[in-house]
Amino acid sequence: MIGRLATIASFVVGLLLWEFAIRYFHVPVYVVPPPSGIALALYRGLDAHLTDIGGYYYHFGVTAYESLLGLAIGAVLGIALGAIISQVAFFERTLLPWILAFMAVPKIALAPIFVVWFGIGLTSKIVMVVTITFFPVLINAIAGFRAASPDQIELMRSCSASSWQIFRIVKLPSALPYIFAGLNLAAILSILGALVGEFIGAQSGLGSLIVQMNNNLDMRGVFSVLVLLSAFGLGLHYLLGWFRSKFLFWSPDERNITGL
Amino acid sequence: MSLAATDPIIRADRLSRDFRNLKGERIEAIGEVSFDVPRGAFISIVGPSGCGKSTLLRIVAGLLAPRGGDIFLQGKPVTGPSREIGMIFQSPVLLPWRTVLANVMLPAQVLKLPPSQYEQRAHDLLRLVGLSGFEDSYPHELSGGMAQRAAIVRALVHDPAILLADEPFGALDAMTREQMNTEFQRIWMESGKTILFVTHSIAEAVFLSDIVLVLSGRPSRVLDVVEVDFPRARDIDVMGTDRFGDYTKRIRARFAATSAVEL
Ligand SMILES: Nc1ncnc2c1ncn2[C@@H]1O[C@H](COP(=O)(O)OP(=O)(O)OP(=O)(O)O)[C@@H](O)[C@H]1O
Ligand SMILES: [Mg+2]
Repeated sequence: MIGRLATIASFVVGLLLWEFAIRYFHVPVYVVPPPSGIALALYRGLDAHLTDIGGYYYHFGVTAYESLLGLAIGAVLGIALGAIISQVAFFERTLLPWILAFMAVPKIALAPIFVVWFGIGLTSKIVMVVTITFFPVLINAIAGFRAASPDQIELMRSCSASSWQIFRIVKLPSALPYIFAGLNLAAILSILGALVGEFIGAQSGLGSLIVQMNNNLDMRGVFSVLVLLSAFGLGLHYLLGWFRSKFLFWSPDERNITGL
Repeated sequence: MSLAATDPIIRADRLSRDFRNLKGERIEAIGEVSFDVPRGAFISIVGPSGCGKSTLLRIVAGLLAPRGGDIFLQGKPVTGPSREIGMIFQSPVLLPWRTVLANVMLPAQVLKLPPSQYEQRAHDLLRLVGLSGFEDSYPHELSGGMAQRAAIVRALVHDPAILLADEPFGALDAMTREQMNTEFQRIWMESGKTILFVTHSIAEAVFLSDIVLVLSGRPSRVLDVVEVDFPRARDIDVMGTDRFGDYTKRIRARFAATSAVEL
């Protein structure tokens, strides 16, 4: 209780300091806006109708759609390929070198290429998000499938289990803590990927909104979008945390995690 | 020395097995080991650490091929894991994400046996080991002894003819261990299984077994076959008797004699 009060108090004091510093030093609003200005811009943006083209909801929906769909595809691909690579030595030898080579490429550098290939519509952003979320999930999934306990595998073998049964009953659950760690990283990257894609060229989405507002020197607007993005990131983080606690209640790590 | 029986349920005939260590050197674990296990018998294997007891059990379980010699289960050569075997390891090896019931049902699930029938059996066995009421608990909620009891139930659930146990009570404290010994004897008597039991404890081996197989250090051979003829059910007090002491002394003397030669 005291802890929570301290958190709230620190937020309030921080915002007040920010507000008064800007007024006291006469910082122009097109450089750094005061919290009150950001709040006002946020209020105006959110006051629109849900379906208004060009409103915050619309742009938010576009960015959320790109990042969530891209994240889902990237995660499924990462887990599936991780499973194949960890199960079949042939694929480990043939695919893993390619993957490691591609992983070294800074994915953000691909955004302009994707716009050329897939246009300025949603597809290029989704491809960007898939590309950027795929690797952390894949690498963690491979580590997870390999981390299955040899004792548990020996137990399964002693029961005449097939390798598919060993995979499904032992390796997959053992990999879950690793996969969730990868997903947490991928969730943050998914928003980043969508934004970068939108910066390069887009007609909709919060990224394009930021570019537009920046050009108009509407810093209050830009910051209000940042607030929205941070809320989206936190929401995704808590959603994943909820899934984690549902699926990983048995994991010793999970039981030690408090808060956040 | 060897142990011969007519129509044995397990026959190990001049088994040997070596390994390569990380430096690539050849390590002879099992030198030459032969024994027969009569149906329904309780047989213990004792021997110095690293002499290949676990390796021997893995060969019997069909998890590892011998380098030389033959192994037969119920007259047929072993080519892989068999549903006639249930295994108990030194640690319980329960899957932490499964309830106790789901854990003990694992072999039945893997073997695709009818769930309703075997679930009933699982419940009965859990009652037998004093775990009724813990069906829906998770492994982290159990004590070490309770977890090992669950592991025993899991080894029995698919009704195999043979139980292989690799130091199943080695990780338990002395008091729990004594209690588990008496319980394990009772479970064995009620189930009528054949048991091959590896242990470091000579007293435990003598207390539980019909026959104790004494192995030498690496590369292992059978040093002695000790038949223990205390009547069943044995009470833990039997450990205090002179005859019990004679058995343990005889086995210890065997170890002392060979290690003096081999070291
Ligand atoms: N997979 C393996 N690879 C290499 N060496 C092995 C392997 N398994 C066993 N060994 C070696 O074979 C020997 C026998 O091992 P094993 O585990 O069967 O001994 P043990 O009698 O069960 O010992 P303990 O009483 O300590 O459990 C040891 O020297 C061990 O290092
Ligand atoms: Mg061993």
